[in-house]
Amino acid sequence: MTLPEAEPSPRARDRREGQTAVVELRHVSLAFEEKPVLNDVSFRVGAGETLVLLGVTGSGKSVLLKLILGLLKPDAGQVLVGGQDLAPLSESQLYPIRQRMGIVFQEGALFDSLSVYENVAYRLREEGLKDEARIERQVREVLRFVEMEHALEKMPAELSGGMRRRVSIARAIVNEPAIMLYDSPTAGLDPVTAHTINILIAKLRDVQNVSSLVVTQRLADAYALAHFTYSAEQQGLVAVASDGGLGRRVPTHFLVLRDGTAYFSGSTDELTSTPDPYLRKFLA
Amino acid sequence: MFQVLFERFVKGKVLAVQEFTDLLINSVRHAFTRPRYLVDTLVQMDVIGFGSLAIVLLTGFFTGGVLALQTYRTLSTFGEVGLLGQVVALSMVRELGPVLTALMVAGRNSSGIASEIGSMLVSEQIDAMRALGTDPLRKLVTPRLYATLVTLPLLTILADFCGMLGGAVVSTSTAHLSSAEYWTLAYQALQFEDCFQGLTKPFFFAIIVALVGCYFGLHTTGGTEGVGRSTTRAVVVACVLILVVDFFYTKFLIATGFF
Repeated sequence: MTLPEAEPSPRARDRREGQTAVVELRHVSLAFEEKPVLNDVSFRVGAGETLVLLGVTGSGKSVLLKLILGLLKPDAGQVLVGGQDLAPLSESQLYPIRQRMGIVFQEGALFDSLSVYENVAYRLREEGLKDEARIERQVREVLRFVEMEHALEKMPAELSGGMRRRVSIARAIVNEPAIMLYDSPTAGLDPVTAHTINILIAKLRDVQNVSSLVVTQRLADAYALAHFTYSAEQQGLVAVASDGGLGRRVPTHFLVLRDGTAYFSGSTDELTSTPDPYLRKFLA
Repeated sequence: MFQVLFERFVKGKVLAVQEFTDLLINSVRHAFTRPRYLVDTLVQMDVIGFGSLAIVLLTGFFTGGVLALQTYRTLSTFGEVGLLGQVVALSMVRELGPVLTALMVAGRNSSGIASEIGSMLVSEQIDAMRALGTDPLRKLVTPRLYATLVTLPLLTILADFCGMLGGAVVSTSTAHLSSAEYWTLAYQALQFEDCFQGLTKPFFFAIIVALVGCYFGLHTTGGTEGVGRSTTRAVVVACVLILVVDFFYTKFLIATGFF
């Protein structure tokens, strides 16, 4: 028996119809003070797809996310979001493009002097929304999505690591971005909390059809995102079977970076069955 | 090898001057275009201005007092103790008030600004700000610059007054001058040129206090240790620049025949 595909939300349906949420890097290279960080990296993320970026510390994973956001500019190559090259754009020209993206930084990067409510409302206020009732409604909705509505008035210093990560996700999704970037979202968290974060990532991907780039060093999390899908009935992850079995196939690809170069690019099956000694050691 | 190091050193300093100038121009320019962060500016005026009030008043009062004490010893040998009011007023208004106020505010606020912005930078809050559509210069630097430009001259005026008050306390208690004599001579000694010099210096100092803190904060590297280094450098550079600018501005006014 094949379970029916989860109905996408109206917001996800509009996004799919009206916008191409694609990220593409073409032969991107970057160096910091003559030290190469990325060398001729190319990859593509289609609408609704998930790309998991793996690699050891210092391989350039976080730098890739910053390039996609336009926080850094490449020394060579092109970074395209929705078909638009970011390199020639000024900071103010990048803001409309960044509105289509949300990012969860490694430690959350919540603003220390603002409460949870104000952190999540920040983006709405910066975009010029003045209707306080509408701001509150949207803030409560996303905090409910990440199960943090009870912490509205708390300050970031009062939150645990996992709670900060969840609020960070809420802040990133409050304006319904089509692309989500996650920089080691489960780093430093215990397995139970990490699983909670994975459920949220899968929920966004599967219910709202958000394109995702997930930087992680934890293979367990990478496999969880590749082999499991979110189930609204069970409020958690359920296994996905390939080849028309139970569930539906989750479009997830892997990119392994080594010393700033794209060492491997492919599907989960290709990664797990690779004979390459470095990758076998990495996956061990 | 030495040539390479020297070249790198010079290039680094030239780049720093270029980046500082760029920071100054952009932070001034942002006040004339939207979005403007008026609430943040008011908050910074409270932090920088009202927060520095106590130390500025104390500094002014005791500086005026010790100036009167030291000058009394010298003036009494010439029998000109009556000039105490004049000496304290001119010294405080022309030089000591603006410079010491700026040094106190720099010590308190340049460090605070550098550590706050530096901490935000190392914890990726600045990146988060940019990702969420905010220009960090508009949100963080421009409010601090304008807050300091408004509050430092006001603090200087208060420091000048407290200095003269401190001098008055010493003059009446130690030198046994009458209060009327002290204040009359102090008032009569002050000319437009003295007040102009004393009230224009704070504007230059305000730019130094705010922007040096912001510059080092925005260029913090190396985690929490780097925040500490930026904080120390911000105070040291701001204080030295205040003294250097004071010297050259005073020389400029004298050279142009303003005095």
